[in-house]
Formats: sequence, structure tokens, C-alpha cells
Amino acid sequence: MMEGINAKYVSQKISKTRWRPVSSSSLQQPDIFATGSWDNEDNKISIWSIGENGISGLDNEFEGDPQLVCEHKHNGDVLDLQFLDQDRIVTASSTGAVIIFRHHHNSQTLSVSQLWERAHHYPCDNAPCTGIVCNSPEIVTVGEDGRIILFRADQEGVLRTIENADSSTIHDVTFLRTTEILTVNSIGQLKIWDFRQQGNEPSQILSLTGDRVPLHCVDRHPNQQHIVATGGQDGMLCIWDVRQGNMPFSLMEAHSAEMWEVHFHPSNPDHLFSCSEDGSLLHWETSSNSDTPSFLQGGRNTSIVSRSAIAPAGGNQSLISSWLTGDSSKGRLETTHMLPSQTLSVNSLDVLGQCLVCGTDGEAIYVNRRVPI
Amino acid sequence: MEEVDVEPTTTPIPGFDSNQKHLGFVWGPGDILVYETIYKASGGSAGGCPFVHEVRKDEDIYSPILRKLFNESHHIFVGLQRIREDLPSKNKKPQFVSISKNYRSVIRACMEELQQVAVSTQDAALATQYGNQVSILLAVELIWNLCEVLFIDAAPAGSLVLHLLDWVRLHKADVDEKAREVLASESPAEHQAYWDVVISYVLQGRMDEARQVLVKQAALQPAARVMFKLLDNLLMKMPIFNPGETQTLTEFDVKWRHWREEVDHCLQDQSFASNRHLEDICKILVGDEDVLLEYKELLSTWYHFLVTRLLFSHPTVKPTELHYYAQSSMHMFLDTRSVPEPLDSILLAAFEFDIHQVIKDCSIALNNWWFVGHLTDLLDHCKLLQSHNLHFGSNLREFLLLEYASGLFTHHSLWQLAVDYFDHCPEFGRVYLELQIERVPLDTERKALKVIRICEQRQMTEQVRSICKIMAKKALRNNRLGSALSWSIRAKDAAFATLISERFLQDYCAKGTFSDLDLIDNLGPAMLLSDRLTFLGKYREFHRLYGEKRFSDAAKLLLSLMTAKIAPHSFWMTLLTDALPLLEQKEVIFSADQTHELMFCLEELTSGKSVPTPDRPMQVLGYTPPYPLSNVCFPFNLLIHCFIICSNLYSCLARG
Repeated sequence: MMEGINAKYVSQKISKTRWRPVSSSSLQQPDIFATGSWDNEDNKISIWSIGENGISGLDNEFEGDPQLVCEHKHNGDVLDLQFLDQDRIVTASSTGAVIIFRHHHNSQTLSVSQLWERAHHYPCDNAPCTGIVCNSPEIVTVGEDGRIILFRADQEGVLRTIENADSSTIHDVTFLRTTEILTVNSIGQLKIWDFRQQGNEPSQILSLTGDRVPLHCVDRHPNQQHIVATGGQDGMLCIWDVRQGNMPFSLMEAHSAEMWEVHFHPSNPDHLFSCSEDGSLLHWETSSNSDTPSFLQGGRNTSIVSRSAIAPAGGNQSLISSWLTGDSSKGRLETTHMLPSQTLSVNSLDVLGQCLVCGTDGEAIYVNRRVPI
Repeated sequence: MEEVDVEPTTTPIPGFDSNQKHLGFVWGPGDILVYETIYKASGGSAGGCPFVHEVRKDEDIYSPILRKLFNESHHIFVGLQRIREDLPSKNKKPQFVSISKNYRSVIRACMEELQQVAVSTQDAALATQYGNQVSILLAVELIWNLCEVLFIDAAPAGSLVLHLLDWVRLHKADVDEKAREVLASESPAEHQAYWDVVISYVLQGRMDEARQVLVKQAALQPAARVMFKLLDNLLMKMPIFNPGETQTLTEFDVKWRHWREEVDHCLQDQSFASNRHLEDICKILVGDEDVLLEYKELLSTWYHFLVTRLLFSHPTVKPTELHYYAQSSMHMFLDTRSVPEPLDSILLAAFEFDIHQVIKDCSIALNNWWFVGHLTDLLDHCKLLQSHNLHFGSNLREFLLLEYASGLFTHHSLWQLAVDYFDHCPEFGRVYLELQIERVPLDTERKALKVIRICEQRQMTEQVRSICKIMAKKALRNNRLGSALSWSIRAKDAAFATLISERFLQDYCAKGTFSDLDLIDNLGPAMLLSDRLTFLGKYREFHRLYGEKRFSDAAKLLLSLMTAKIAPHSFWMTLLTDALPLLEQKEVIFSADQTHELMFCLEELTSGKSVPTPDRPMQVLGYTPPYPLSNVCFPFNLLIHCFIICSNLYSCLARG
């Protein structure tokens, strides 16, 4: 697993790494990714290529070694970074700004195409913007100021602000469906917000009872909108079914320190990836029985805990994700370390197709082009 | 006072005339701040200069390319510290050698990158700067490699010369480039650098390569075929010690002496007299120092001369004898030049096995602790530095690592690397870390969390508290009570939690509603951190129960807040007022005992010297008193009101 993964030292601590999306119709592997830095005097966002363009194919050893395509200064730490589409990147800054960069493919340059200065703020101070989620053209941002802001990429103004959405810091946000988002905060709560409703109240709050462990990241199952994975300060991985009450479906010990990001594999969601302050990157796989596709398993598996079996009838909703089979007995879930041991935090990861990229506080980017999916 | 090792260098401060003005300065961890004082030289009337200058010793830390060196070597350093103490030293040696090689390959990678940018940059000043860094790294790698051969690998007689040859070959690689050029030319044998290549190969003991090049000449001179054949034979037969074979050093020595006699014989025979080049080669093979020195240009350094001399005259030299040949080689080679350069004395000290002199001279010559810190650490792991103690600090290794790590800590981004270095300084590392970690500027919560994680992993509770407190205060300043409370709960800072709880209660009294319910409703066991926080949580619970119309639970809780002394006295009046709507409910909520206790609380409150007025509007619970209550005599009115209610209650009870 660790073969084929090599480090590239980039002289800046990497806070975010994201693949540029590939058109869903093609089976093409991604070859461009963006990174953001943090804690530098001058922070940057950079575009990297692992494709053949630029380097001769002679050196097999350097095949896939990321080459810098272009970069742009970024005011403040890059606290989040998302591709809006093929050309546009949205970043969240520690200054509270939300910025859209445009990547010009012809000239291979980056420019600022939209800037919302102090989108997140305190009355007399900057409030870092901590998370972004995009559903082009909509952009939702969250911040330390407890605000949730809804933008449209093509409009200068703010579409909607939920003031005091949270009394503590919101760390991450994801779309559940087009009008519904889910946020996680620093006192261990998941809140669901419905943009169709006016008012500043969440439509639902979930939390681990009696537990105030901050949650740092959240990702939604790509096919099943009610399943989300969260990662917290204690390094625990939780899988939730947001339709089902207040307890997570499964709690798994993953890392020994903050889990900074968690991602379902976008096209093969039986695989999940998480990275942490403890310097590790984990690949999780809910093993499908060798000859049965995993999406059929849920229905006939007798060991499913009762509530996961009460799937609403009708439609593809009845398919039960293997993450929700509730059976944590050995052999069903496999985890693999994907990085050689190192001590400094893995701040971000992204996975697309067979390609995985991650960035660390050790100022290294790791790319793996042969993730066993 | 102790003698200084070198004269200190002078750093001119731009725009500052030291005859006219006076400077003040303050030490920083890796730099000093220099400013002009108001003190004026006699008669001077110069106005004060508004600038403060920052003077840094170490610029390298700001080089983006050298940052890779710091990051990659950090990784190797941590790996080295993990090698288990209890392994037998026999098993450790190969590990240490491979770690040493890793360090060197990182230096090489860095050097190559610097070389590339030095060539490609348009800016002449920048190119010079890169060029300088390359030559420093070259020297550093040269020294490191020699230390690896002599100290870490500690090659015994026989292998020693082979290792030194590798060392020279690696650092005098221009031969290969020249050879490629010659061989690629139309007629290699007539190339002007042809003989330089042949002789350079011989000087480096690369006999096979020398023979291959020699063939070109032999082909041109059929008449001299026999002579070329003879030399080729000598070169081919030269015995090379092979540590892997069963052959002993004595056997090798006998064989070598035999071969040398043969070469000597050829010289006396004048076998090569007709060709100056071949004769020179033959003389080199017997280690003729005069001839060797004629090829100074090709040797280029005294240590190349030393190694070549050892190869042909003393191939079985013992490590302990090295210093003698090193000194004489240096003197023979450098006679025309006046003073040896720092690099020369460092290498000489290494050949003399004076590790401490090597480290000391390197510390003086280099402006950065990276090299001496890492090398000393590695040598210390090899148990080579044990006898040495400093008059200050703990030991040499720790002293140098602390200096290096402190330098890293002054950097806005590299400070994270320093933590692992401090961890491996058993005596003072923790103190250094404690002092430095609190001073890391915290712009975001994410960064604060990373710093706290570092502290928590090391049980640095005091620092965790202090950082959480900084964050709590910042949140409070920005009016983020919820965040502030979360931070003080994390810090287990009861005093601050009390302060924030007070703010919440004040806000409640002012507005009549609680803010940040998502937080207060989910305090859980964290509520027990401070009495006031417990009260806040419980009081809010009372409101929730009341809102849910669970009146008897609410009443029980309310009463217990007073009887268990959880509520501060100043809040009792508010609580009693909250009891009124419960007393007025149609069904009986407070039992006789509870009512009695309630009355008792009221009495206790009114008998006290100062009776506070409730500091919030009465209608909070949707309760409006049935008759006007003036503020002045409020407690007494309330008392009366309660008595009325209670007597009604008792009469009800009496009726059954």
C-alpha cells in the first residue's frame, strides 16, 4: 500500500488538498489538484499537475511527481478549499474572507474573481472562516463567529446569513440535499439546517449524549443522503443516520488525535478515508462478502441491528449502506495505514478515482495513484 | 574572561553612524532588536531615528529550498531517536550508517535544487546567494561524509582506504564529466585533456576506467604496444583489498608488496622511459610524492593527495596512524599557501579523530546549527561523545539541539518541527518547550488546537490552561460567551467559568432569555466545573422543565437550588419570585414540607443584613403579580404574598 506513494516537499505547511473534478461521463483519472497553505508569512494557493504535460516520460522514477503549475498569494491561512467547477476554486481564509479564484487554463495563471472580505467577522476583529461547501452556484460557509452564510457564485451580495447559528465554533459543513445542510461544531453537535425555513433555528440537533468532544469534519455518503461520517477531537470516527435519532450508528476508534478530515470515496462509498493530527492517514473498507455486491448485503444480513432495518419502504432508499449494517464484528471493517510513519499532522486529503492526495504540517504532499478501490 | 575563538564579525546597521549616535539592543531567541537611544554624544543634536532594526544571525531558515532540508531531516532525526537503546551495538551500526547516508542524501538533494535555481535565475545577486549556499552545503556534505567513514562506520585498516577513496571520488566527480567529453570527441586520444583523464582515474584508484581510456592511445601507437601492454598489466594486477573475502590483511599486504616490487622493477628497467605519461603513471603507482605533487592541479585538494598517497604507499593504514599522514600531506600540499582555510582545519581535525574540534570549528564556520546539531546527535547515538562535559547546560548534544530548535521556534512556520527536538533533550528540552510554546501567536482556533495537542501529549497542564485562557478571553472580548465557556471548560478553569456564567446570568436578567441554549443545555458533567456554572446549568434546566409544564419536577429543582446552596445568595430573590407562579397553580405543586422549606429560605434571606432586589423583570416566567409591588418594600410584599398563598394552601391541606 505504501509503495507508489511518494513525498514531495513544498516548503509550506499544507492545510488543504483537493482534486480538480473530472467530468463524470469520462472514466478519466484526475491529474490536477490544488493546495492551500497555512501559518506562513505569505500563504498561497497552488495548482499542481501529476500529468505528463511538462515532464518527459523518460524518468519512470519521477512519474507522477507533482509539478507546480501556478500559484497565487492568499491573505491569511487557507482554512478550507473547494473546487466550484473545473475553473473556479473557493477558499476560506483565517481573515474571515471568502474568495473565488479562477484558474485560467490557457495562460496557466490564477486570479481572484470574487472576494467577500470579512464575510465572517466579530464587531471589532476578524473571525476565521472555517469551512465551505459548494453546490454550484451555491456556496455555504461557516466560521468561528457561529454564522452560516449562503452565497451565490454569480452574485456579489450575500444570499442569506444565519446569525448566531451556533454558540461555539462551527468546524465543517456539508450538503444533505439541495436545500439542507449539516454543520458540526466544537461542542460535539451536528445541526441540520433547512434553507426553506426562515428563522435562525436548526431543524434538528444530534449529539453524542453527555459527550462534548468537538467534531472537526463531516462528509455525506455520496449516494445515501441520510448517512454522514464525522471525525472528532478524540480521533473517533462516527457514522450517523440522520433520520434515526440521537445516537451514531457506529463509533470507531481511529486516530489518537484530532481527525481533520473524513471522506467517503465518491464513486465507491464502501471505502472511506480519514486523516489526523497524529500523522496518520487511514483507509477504511467495509468488506463486501466476496460474491455479493455490498449494496445487496444489508437486506439479507440477519445481524443488522433492528433500527437500520426499518428503512423507509419504496425507492432506492431501501438499499442499506454497508456502513449502517451495525455489525462491527471483526473482519467486516478493515483499516489500513496509507502513509509511512511520521509525526506531523496530516491536515487534508482528497480521493477521486484511484488517486489520493494529502498534505501535512511536515510540508510534504503525498500522491498515491494506485489506491486499491 | 575566556579567550574568544574568532574575532566577532561586525554587522553595519544601515543609516547609522556610530560616531554620532548610540545603539541599544534587546536579545531575542534567534535575533536581536537594535534601536537608537536618545542619549546624544556631546553637542550632538541629531533627532531620534524611528526605526528598530532586526538583526538575524541565521538567514538560511528563511530560504524556501533549505526549508526542505529542515523538514526532511526532522523526519530522519525522529527515526533515529526511535532506534532502541537496548539493541546490541553490533546491530545498530548498520542502522546508524544508513541514517547518516539519509542525512547526506537530503543535503545532496537540496544542493542540486539550489544549483538548478542558481543557474536559472536572472538576478545576479540571488545567483550569488544560491551559489554560496551550494558551496556551504558541499562543504557540509564533505565533512559529514568523512565523519561517517571515520567515526560512524569506523572502517578498520584495509577497508579504511577504500572508504576514503569513495569519499574522494564522490566529491571530485568532475573527472567523469571530463572523460565523457574526451571519449565523445572525434579522436579521444588526441584530445588535450586525454592524459588528464587517464591520470585522474589512476589518482582515484579507478584502474579499470583508466585502462579503458588507455586502450585508445595504445591503438594509435602500435610501436609502443608492448609498453602499453605492460602498464595495462600492472594496472590490472594491482591488488585491492576486499573486506568481503576470506583474505586476511597480512595476506593482502604480502600480495601488495609483491606487486609493488614488480612496478618498482619496471621503473628501474626504464621500461616506460620513452613515454613521459606512462612513466609518470608508473611513478604514481609506487607512490612517488614528487610526481604526485606535479599533478596538484588534478588532485586539487590536499585530502585527495592524502588519499592517493595512502592508496599507493600505505593501503593498510590504521585509523590511528591517519593523523600523521594527514598532517604531512596538508603541509606538503599547501606549502605555498599561507593559512589553511576553515574547511582544511575541520577535515584535519577529523583525520586526527578530534571530534570535538570538528564540531567546534563547524559551529564557528557555519551560521546555522542544523549541521552540528544533527551530526552531534548521530555521533552521540554512536556513543562517541560520552566523555565530554560542558561547563554550561547539560551536554554538547543537548546544547546544540536546543540551539537549533530554538532557532526553528523563531520561525513563524517551522516552530512545529522544533517540538520533537525539544522532546529528545532530556534535561532542558521541556523547560525550553514550556517557555516557547506559550508564545506561539494564535490566530485561529485550529492553530490553538494544534498547540494544545502538543501540550496535552506532554502533560503540560499549565500551558494548556494558559492557552485555553487566552482563547477564552479572546472569545469573551468578541462577545462569544459560548466559545469562551467551552474554552474555560477545556482548561478546567473554574474561576473563568464562574466569570462567564455570571455574564450569562446577567444577560438573562437583562434580556429575560437565555442565549446559547445549544451549549447550556448540553453541558453534561462539565457543569460541575464551578458552582456558578452548575447553577447556570441547573437553573436553565428549571426553565426547561417549567416550559415543558413539568411543574413538580421544576419546583423540586428550584427548591434544591436554594437548600443545597447551589444558587448564589444574590440570586435567591429571583428564584423565590420564580416560585410564585408555581404556588399559584391550580393543583398543589409544593408539598407542605417543601412550602415550609421555601418559607425558611425566604426568612433566611430577609433576616440577612442586605436584601437584594431581584435584578430582572418579573414577567420572565409569564407571571404578573396580582397586586402592584413597589420596588422599595418588595421583599416584604413578597413575603406577605407568600404567606397569603401558603395559608390558603394550609387551609386546603387541613380540609384534606
